[in-house]
Amino acid sequence: MPDTGIGARVLRKEDARFLTGRGHYTDDISRPNQTYAYILRSPHAHAKIKKLGIAKAAKAPGVVAVFTGADLVSDKVNGLPCGWLVHNKDGTPMVEPPHPALVTDRVRHVGDQVAVVIAESSTQARDAAELIEVGYEELPAVVSIAAALKPAAPLVWDQAAANTCYDWELGDKAANDAAFAKAAKIAKVDLVNNRLIPNAIEPRAAIGEYDATSGHYTLYTTSQNPHVIRLLMGAFVLGIPEHKLRVVAPDVGGGFGSKIYHYAEEAIVTWAARKVGRPIKWTAERSESFMSDAHGRDHVTHAELALDGNGKFLALKVLTKANLGAYLSTFAPCIPTYLYATLLAGNYATPTIYCSVRALFTNTVPVDAYRGAGRPEATYVVERLVDEAARISGIDRAEIRRRNYIPRDKFPYQTPVALQYDIGDYHTTLDKVLKAGDYAGFEKRREEAKKRGRLRGLGIASYIEACGIAPSAVVGSLGARAGLYESAAVRVHPTGSVTVYTGSHSHGQGHETTFAQLVCSTLGVSLDNVDIVHGDTDKIPFGMGTYGSRSLAVGGSAMFNAMQKVIAKGKKIAAHLLEAAEADIEFANGEFRVAGTDRKKALAEVSLAAYVPHNYPADLEPGLEEQAFYDPLNFTYPAGTYLSEVEIDPDTGALSVESFTAADDFGRIINPMIVEGQVHGGIAQGIGQALLEGCVYDGQGQLLTGSYMDYCMPRADNLPSFKVDTNVTACTHNPLGVKGCGEAGAIGAPACIMSAILDALRPLGVASLDMPATAEKIWRAVERAKTPKAA
Amino acid sequence: MYDFNYHRPKSLADAAKLLGGSEEAKLVAGGMTLIPTLKQRLAQPSDLIDLGGIGELKGIKREGNALVIGAMTPHAEVAGSPEVKKAIPALAALAEGIGDPQVRNKGTIGGSIANADPAADYPAAVVGLGATVITNKRKIAADDFFMGLFETALQAGEIVTAVSFPIPEKAAYVKFPNPASRYAIVGVLAAKTGGSARVAVTGAGPSVFRLKAAEEALAKSWSAAALGGLKVPQAGLNSDIHASAEYRAHLVGVMAKRAVQAAG
Repeated sequence: MPDTGIGARVLRKEDARFLTGRGHYTDDISRPNQTYAYILRSPHAHAKIKKLGIAKAAKAPGVVAVFTGADLVSDKVNGLPCGWLVHNKDGTPMVEPPHPALVTDRVRHVGDQVAVVIAESSTQARDAAELIEVGYEELPAVVSIAAALKPAAPLVWDQAAANTCYDWELGDKAANDAAFAKAAKIAKVDLVNNRLIPNAIEPRAAIGEYDATSGHYTLYTTSQNPHVIRLLMGAFVLGIPEHKLRVVAPDVGGGFGSKIYHYAEEAIVTWAARKVGRPIKWTAERSESFMSDAHGRDHVTHAELALDGNGKFLALKVLTKANLGAYLSTFAPCIPTYLYATLLAGNYATPTIYCSVRALFTNTVPVDAYRGAGRPEATYVVERLVDEAARISGIDRAEIRRRNYIPRDKFPYQTPVALQYDIGDYHTTLDKVLKAGDYAGFEKRREEAKKRGRLRGLGIASYIEACGIAPSAVVGSLGARAGLYESAAVRVHPTGSVTVYTGSHSHGQGHETTFAQLVCSTLGVSLDNVDIVHGDTDKIPFGMGTYGSRSLAVGGSAMFNAMQKVIAKGKKIAAHLLEAAEADIEFANGEFRVAGTDRKKALAEVSLAAYVPHNYPADLEPGLEEQAFYDPLNFTYPAGTYLSEVEIDPDTGALSVESFTAADDFGRIINPMIVEGQVHGGIAQGIGQALLEGCVYDGQGQLLTGSYMDYCMPRADNLPSFKVDTNVTACTHNPLGVKGCGEAGAIGAPACIMSAILDALRPLGVASLDMPATAEKIWRAVERAKTPKAA
Repeated sequence: MYDFNYHRPKSLADAAKLLGGSEEAKLVAGGMTLIPTLKQRLAQPSDLIDLGGIGELKGIKREGNALVIGAMTPHAEVAGSPEVKKAIPALAALAEGIGDPQVRNKGTIGGSIANADPAADYPAAVVGLGATVITNKRKIAADDFFMGLFETALQAGEIVTAVSFPIPEKAAYVKFPNPASRYAIVGVLAAKTGGSARVAVTGAGPSVFRLKAAEEALAKSWSAAALGGLKVPQAGLNSDIHASAEYRAHLVGVMAKRAVQAAG
């Protein structure tokens, strides 16, 4: 049998259908007698609705129904819930405004949902929507963090004074101030973490269906977590009991976080399917995705790092303002708080850390988790400060990191910001990346570039992330309104093949392969004899889904534990068949064996006995199927260090990324090829944030980057070939020793690229630059540096 | 998109007749701008007249000291043509840099110049090489063809049939692309013919324009150094989220020098 188990570079099982155009996505599904929904969206960032006339639209050709917010209210449909409660510094809860699926009296961002038209075709639905008469009274909009903070700023929500959702803090401020008072030097940065638009290749879609004979609803949707949607929509929005609601998330073409959340369109098509008595399909157009998928990032931060005379970090202080948009998306409040401030220790043994975060409402699309979710923001703050600390103290950038890393003998390490890192070895990872990226040879390359008229810079950044979210009790104490365990059911069929039902959801990660490899290694069955089922609440046990690089660490652990139960039961059966004591049975390579003998039964023989129990233990249930829920004991802490080199054309500001080298510690690796693919994709997204991507609104709240003509996604020709390497310290608290790799690239790359750009420009005296570092920004920085300063 | 009547005439005469028969008709010459516009419901023509079936509008031929390119010749054909590569390599290279492979195989030179997008590449070639635009009614000098933002000298019922490019001594096109759309933020075509020079700029202003100061300097001395003191005023230049007028003005100077350098 070829090696297809843990550690093998197995080609992805799912690629046969994905690469030949035979994936089965939500929009590929059509239900008998299906209708089509079109959502009328607000063209204004902020306006009162004075009039909403649907009579003409309702009479238009092919129209089945037109619904407005008033219809939802009269049917007692609730707004979309927020899944995380954050408290203010004074202990009071955050402001939690309503989030209606269709507004009734006021729109709060361009793209806000005003009405839905349901028709025989999507074209007819859209035609009719143009006949809806909306009388808007425009209100002044607040768009940016700066605008939201102005003393007389218009209010997005009347109940949110000064547009503030919460004003939160973490850490001991007095101790922090005291540490700063003793500093020999203080590094300071002011920076912006740019707002990003996720852009999964598959736009969101949803199909609602209702069976009047049984009272069953079905929702097909582009989701990363169908059970979470079932819970949020069933229990909180529509009042449908779980046994009457099935949520199916079939093949999903990328999520990056944006498909975690419960969106209005899902509730609308499910509710309206019953109203019209027919299935309803809605598929976003790309321009709708830009203005209705939750955005990411959008922070403004001032931060300081106190140093002693030897460049050791004494204290870190971070003051952040975060833009949450117009409404609270499902997990929005926890992103700039518990997934951000808790990561500010980075890879360093900084003794005291204080972070204050003020979260603001603006008339923009809601902001929520996006690949990395809080951790790219934290990494960017910390690493910009560390570079600045190196500069002001005259210490080499690699050396100052080495000097401040948490030493490998100090794990488990309790950070001053709540988390306890279980294991890590940052020094070895650094050594690896410095060697692979030829750190020592850089100055020669810089000189050579200079001869060609190019400014070359080297970037370095370390990152840590908290993945495998999360111990339910811990997140519960921090305000989560959900548990964060994962589930798996392992069904060994009579002839010994295996189907695994997982609560994790694959939307591009290759779970069908990675999980199958885990089964191969654990149960000794061949890859062809394993199928992974996910994404359907009628098939899988209650699961929390895929985000935060949690699938293998949490979902894989649940699967492993379920397989241990299978093995334990199999031992009982084998002991009976082999007429041996259960304690003497060993299981390895798919065989139950009496220890020290050649007497054995294959898994298939044992499973056959379990389903045809003619000769079977009297006190044992037939069948060989087990289930496990796994609630992690801690987060996992993948960490790494990246090196990059860029070259700048000073005449135009144009930049090219010349090299990118990554060294990551993801713990134990199941499929190195899939892991490398994840790192490549993450780095590409991180380079996108650093150089190309930035959501821009004008002062009135119109989205200026509403298409690919203006919103720049990274393309192959923006990127070098990546060099990737790994250093392995196995996670200490999950049975697989794994940590997760899905977000690392997007977390470390922005900081690394900005480090390279500032290194290239530093000889000119440029100290700061914000992302995305476009050619014009770089050119301006170069020009400013050339201008002699007034005496 | 909204409903429309679709026509695919076989001859130029039929196309002109159809075009004259409706005030709301639009020509499709590849549709690389028109179709997305229709999909977004930003235009509502009554009739679409697809020029793709008219053989006489396609092809590249040498006529004396000029290259004549049929209006319906796709960019990829210009880019790959041995004739163009030999006579005006700058034109082949420009065509090779338009959009992406799909656009280059569907989009046409006639469609591009009739649309007169301020950031399109072909207008720089038409003006920079001093081409003549040939229509079903007349011949229009390049300098008279582009009138402004999406505005040309074409009159109602007039159809571009070909563009005739005089072959220069040397020429080059250098583009600074918008990273998102890959249209030109600034594109400059510089050409030398005998003792005179032409320099055309696309992307920077509402419409393609000639850089007279640069032309005068290059007529005296064809070298990048001759443009050393070139100052491009920013007044009237485009300013948007991708590039300010000041930056565009600066880039025009840099791209002009690079074009001269590239032309050799």
